[in-house]
Amino acid sequence: METRSTPERRSEYPASSLPARAGAGFKSAHFADIEAAAPGVGFFEIHAENYMGAGGPPHAQLMRLRRDFPLSIHGVGLSIGGAEPLDREHLRRVKSLVDRYAPAAFSEHLAWSTQGGRFLNDLLPLPYNSTTLAHVVAHVDEIQETLGRPILLENPAAYLRFQSSDYSEIDFLLEIARRTDCRLLLDVTNAYVSATNLDFSAEDYIDAFPMSYVEEIHLAGYAEDADEIGDLLLIDAHCAPVQQGVWRLYDRALTRRGPVATLIEWDNDIPPWPLLLEQATHAEQFLKSRRRAAVDDAGSEALHDGVG
Amino acid sequence: MTASVDFDQGAFVRALLDPELPTPNGLEARRGLQPERRFAVYRNNVCVGLVDALAERFPVCRQLVGDEFFRAMARCYVRDLLPRTPMLFDYGNDFADFVSSFEPAREVPYLADVAQLEYAVGQSYHAENAAPLSMDALRALPFDRLAGATAELHPSTHVVASQYPIVSIWRRHMSDDDAAQLELDHGEEALVVRPHLTINVTALPVGGSAFVRALERGEAFGQAVDAASGLTPEFDLTACLQALFLAEAFLAVNVSH
Repeated sequence: METRSTPERRSEYPASSLPARAGAGFKSAHFADIEAAAPGVGFFEIHAENYMGAGGPPHAQLMRLRRDFPLSIHGVGLSIGGAEPLDREHLRRVKSLVDRYAPAAFSEHLAWSTQGGRFLNDLLPLPYNSTTLAHVVAHVDEIQETLGRPILLENPAAYLRFQSSDYSEIDFLLEIARRTDCRLLLDVTNAYVSATNLDFSAEDYIDAFPMSYVEEIHLAGYAEDADEIGDLLLIDAHCAPVQQGVWRLYDRALTRRGPVATLIEWDNDIPPWPLLLEQATHAEQFLKSRRRAAVDDAGSEALHDGVG
Repeated sequence: MTASVDFDQGAFVRALLDPELPTPNGLEARRGLQPERRFAVYRNNVCVGLVDALAERFPVCRQLVGDEFFRAMARCYVRDLLPRTPMLFDYGNDFADFVSSFEPAREVPYLADVAQLEYAVGQSYHAENAAPLSMDALRALPFDRLAGATAELHPSTHVVASQYPIVSIWRRHMSDDDAAQLELDHGEEALVVRPHLTINVTALPVGGSAFVRALERGEAFGQAVDAASGLTPEFDLTACLQALFLAEAFLAVNVSH
């Protein structure tokens, strides 16, 4: 059944040209602040579906933003994890947006959101098995062929799991990446949320994540709820500052991956711009110390090799 | 590895949308807990996400009836009519129709028309950009031959006619100015245009919306006047043209030779 050659390792060409800096999710409410201050953020990310109108302020702002900052386009509507064929019309819309803005990266989710021609506006879960793997691989192939570039695929936040899963999430993501040569977007908050909700170790997840495929990291604040026995249930709400546990996990991920483009997502209860900027600045500190550590390592290695 | 059965997403969606249905089979929570509470997170996300999208799309309607009422009404709409595309700025194209037949909203008879106006504002916001005719170009028009001329309107142009003063209602709520008591005894015909980056919402003289619709159908100015004054004999062409000029609603006027 498998006819295409499957590379063992990712190709040497990156899918993303985002700088290894902290970026922010762009909200039009912040446009005036950003325009006035030209803040030192590394990039901005937008949701593709908000920019699919023909014109108006959204495109005027995006063109301005694109002129001054690297841009990442993040899709929320391709429904890659669906069993149904991709919505070709929607894929064409994504393509025309990507062609128009030539972003540094395009990413989407390991999830589904459309069924029977109805869009549910949520990132819904799928079992991880050979059947769903075939669907996802076919969809990623089709998207990459249409866009003419590799995409980044994001790990979801989970609230439950399927009895019909035969793969761990990490093995599933790795298999998709191997077969399609797509890259991965590691959402550290999603890992933290899933680990809490499904009772596994977030640290083990980060330690096992295939970092050589990771070209972007997402960080966001979760909301706390309780399950039926009063235990903590975390909701991936993008509505708050990044919590301490997530920052720690992020640092752990950076230790393995090295500095990489990191996005602060804040989509609900949108804060004033300075608060979002402060979060990006905080992420930048982690990136900076990771860069310093990398330089120190290289220095001591060179010294060691030179002397020894 | 055993051959896996295709995951029934249709059943998953039916259960998402109908809280009366049991949680789909084959789901697990952690440590032997039942999956119901977890599945409810997805149920809630779908509903709240789409209700939020409508609340953002129809802010004046929401102010008019209050948040609680609006959200309850929006939940009913969401359950009946899910988006057909992932572009949420397009969601709600038939929200005004839904509102007009939503029994509990009967006490606010102008709500559906305001919803229609807000939908038009949203469409105008995302419409194609185009450079409107300048005032100089308008001044240079051969007004003696206008009757036979046709017009191309700006792609962001919309009209909404109502037997209620929807423009005044919309303006009052957009500016948070609740001071003035509105008289509901007259109708207004709204003109929505976004010639550049800012949306203009103005009231056309009576008959103005029929006039604009006729122009949009490609009818000449003369025919458009007939269409407008056929419906409203007091149609004031000069005032109507003035409003359209000021709003920068014209892209081109084609005078036949």
